[in-house]
Amino acid sequence: MANNNINLNTKAKNTWCPGCSNFAILNSFKKAVKELIKTGFAKKNFVLISGIGCSSKIIDYIDLNSLSCLHGRPVVSATGVKLANPDLKPIVFAGDGGTYNEGVSHLIHAAKRNSDITVLIHDNRNFALTTSQFTATSPKGFKGGSSPKGSIEAPFDPLELMLASNGSFIARSYAFKMDHLKEIIKKAIKHKGFSFVEILQPCISFYNNTKDYNKRIYEIEDSNLDSKEKALEKINEWDYNDEKSKIPIGIFYNKKRKSFEGQV
Amino acid sequence: MEKDLSILIGGKAGQGSRKAGLIIAKIFNELGYHVFIYDEYQSLIRGGHSFSKIRVSKEKIASHNNQIDFLLALDKNTIEEHKNELNNKGKVLYNCDSFVCNLKGSIGLKATTIVSSCNGIDIMENIALIASFSKTLGIAWNILEKILKKELAKKLDLNLKIAKKAFNSEKKLLNIENLNKKPAKLLTGNEALSLGALKAGLDLYLAYPMTPATGVLHFLAEKKDDFDIKVAQLENEIGVINAAIGAAYAGAKTMIGTSGGGFALMSEGFSVAVQNETPLVLVESQRMSPGSGVPTYNGQGDLSFALNVGHGDIEKFVAAPGDANGACFWAGKLLNLSWKYQTPSILLIDKEVSESTFSFDKDILKKIKQEKPKLWNKGKDYLRYKDTKTGISPMAFPGQDLVVKSNTYEHDEYGLTVEDPDQVKKMQEKRLRKFKEMKKEVDNLKAVEVYGNKNAKKAIIAWGSTKGPARDAAKKLNLKMIFPVLLQPFPEKQIKKALKGVEKLVLVETNGLAQLGQLLARYGIKPDKTILKYDARVFGCDELKEKLSNF
Repeated sequence: MANNNINLNTKAKNTWCPGCSNFAILNSFKKAVKELIKTGFAKKNFVLISGIGCSSKIIDYIDLNSLSCLHGRPVVSATGVKLANPDLKPIVFAGDGGTYNEGVSHLIHAAKRNSDITVLIHDNRNFALTTSQFTATSPKGFKGGSSPKGSIEAPFDPLELMLASNGSFIARSYAFKMDHLKEIIKKAIKHKGFSFVEILQPCISFYNNTKDYNKRIYEIEDSNLDSKEKALEKINEWDYNDEKSKIPIGIFYNKKRKSFEGQV
Repeated sequence: MEKDLSILIGGKAGQGSRKAGLIIAKIFNELGYHVFIYDEYQSLIRGGHSFSKIRVSKEKIASHNNQIDFLLALDKNTIEEHKNELNNKGKVLYNCDSFVCNLKGSIGLKATTIVSSCNGIDIMENIALIASFSKTLGIAWNILEKILKKELAKKLDLNLKIAKKAFNSEKKLLNIENLNKKPAKLLTGNEALSLGALKAGLDLYLAYPMTPATGVLHFLAEKKDDFDIKVAQLENEIGVINAAIGAAYAGAKTMIGTSGGGFALMSEGFSVAVQNETPLVLVESQRMSPGSGVPTYNGQGDLSFALNVGHGDIEKFVAAPGDANGACFWAGKLLNLSWKYQTPSILLIDKEVSESTFSFDKDILKKIKQEKPKLWNKGKDYLRYKDTKTGISPMAFPGQDLVVKSNTYEHDEYGLTVEDPDQVKKMQEKRLRKFKEMKKEVDNLKAVEVYGNKNAKKAIIAWGSTKGPARDAAKKLNLKMIFPVLLQPFPEKQIKKALKGVEKLVLVETNGLAQLGQLLARYGIKPDKTILKYDARVFGCDELKEKLSNF
């Protein structure tokens, strides 16, 4: 139903660092939801599901149904929500630490089974709330509390992982390209089946690569979205450890197939 | 026939001894007897040794005897393994085409010859053995035929041909009486608890396979369309409990199942469900632990873990029924209680309850109702964690045109995260009041059952699957048997009432630390004697009777 005065604010006090890129993600998301509501999505059916970490605080700042879960587990909890009521639109907010480290099995299986949920990953490339340690997407040599001389592990590429897991919608955006992010979020939510959006975000306190991202990130056009080969080619343009190459954002892969919950 | 008869049928895994045991039990069930099947098998797919022990009786029973009257051997090893269990009149039936048995009272059947003369396959030797055994007992062909027709979906005509030939080749030695009573339904504990949960309104069952709880997953996956529920196997036990939390938050009555190891993986999620007040039933079917232990055998070693599971201040319902009837009733009851109090609860059973086959009392299902949880019906200004006198906040679900915020962080009434001391204390106290209400609920439940001679001065106290042998032994020895089925909140009043007049108390458990004893000690109850068994086997009724004879 059309509603020009949709209020999604809560009375919760925001505790992110001043200037945190999460504010940009929050605004893009709210805009996306408002636009979706205006085009017919029911507000009552949105369910936000979060884990633990800076990213997950977001659900306190949006006045929609929400479920806060364990670190690393919101993806599988979202599958539970969808199993219980197929009308609901579960949307996961989680970080790189929770999703790619602690709970990576759930992400892989949700993609594999094509669970009809949307997963938005705030990838700031470190565990920030625990005062900075390396995660699965921190570059090799990342200096944090547990790796003072630099992390010895190279990162993996979450998009490549999602492609290998047969995820049906795979995209990447950038927190500071707010319109791009908003449009990608809308497309991800509209996608029937598992949709995955990796959101690159500078961590202004512990890994502030804003300038670097601004220089290297560029938008790709939608093309050959149902081709795994083309998707892999585009994904491999940047490997999360490369400090020089351009970083493509956009939709890399989008191929519909039957959702898990529709068949259980 | 004497009141009681014990039959053991064994062979290699893959020879069909379990199916054969079930068919024998169904024959006796058809004749109106109470039956109990105790199954043992190893953690392997083919080979090894597995067996079923079928005890049949004119009276209600829920245990096996160590001593047996008949030994049906599909391979030679079965005879070696069990010949010492035969009583002095015991008889052996075996396939004399495949091996020799010189034991007194042994009857050789040319099972291989019969099967190959009918162009059957090796596994059908079990049918030949059952048929010849039936004839020996004096069971009429039409009874055997009826059961085989019900039980054998594949190659029925061929099996019947083999059965007939084997039946005719044998002599009648006994004359088993037909009690002409209506046959009961034979169910495993896993099947019975599934029916109980379904009766209480189960919507969704989630699990990761783990013996001995896997039977619930298989049973419900098979029946899901009949009962219009959803069943899914997820990536691991952590996934299972966290998906269950999501589903219950969204309004689905959800049950999950596992054994000790998987339960350990679920413990963090369990604590979450307490904190964000999510109703769910967790079936924990114990097997011999610690660690991987003896995975396909029995143990009652997880009681302390179940009572204490989850970080933080937690009170929960833990019920430990001892047979299929109890498992059915308490699965339904716990689902209702979980929703009434918006909290997780544990159905603590073990391999013996899960996988043994019992004569099931259908009337149990009539005792299970779909109770209505406290729901919100007052418009859009909803507070998920409304601070009420009882600590119970009315529930609402996403999709209802209001905002439902569930939070595993400490939260305010709306569900937003808080850290300040006043709000933290307020919400803690809301839950503490709810825990008190849960304790009061115990008075409405039959939390302690008493069997045997209720006026006896000597009593046995046992929990979980030890109920069967303890109750059956108490009956034979004219003792009182006290069975606390609800173990948290602890039914102190009911236990103390049951202990009135008892001068000597013996505690019986199948674990090494007397975990029920530790619980009883907290309430000042000290047994005079403790009988423990921790060889991954359950007590036989006769074995326990022997151990209690000097008590």
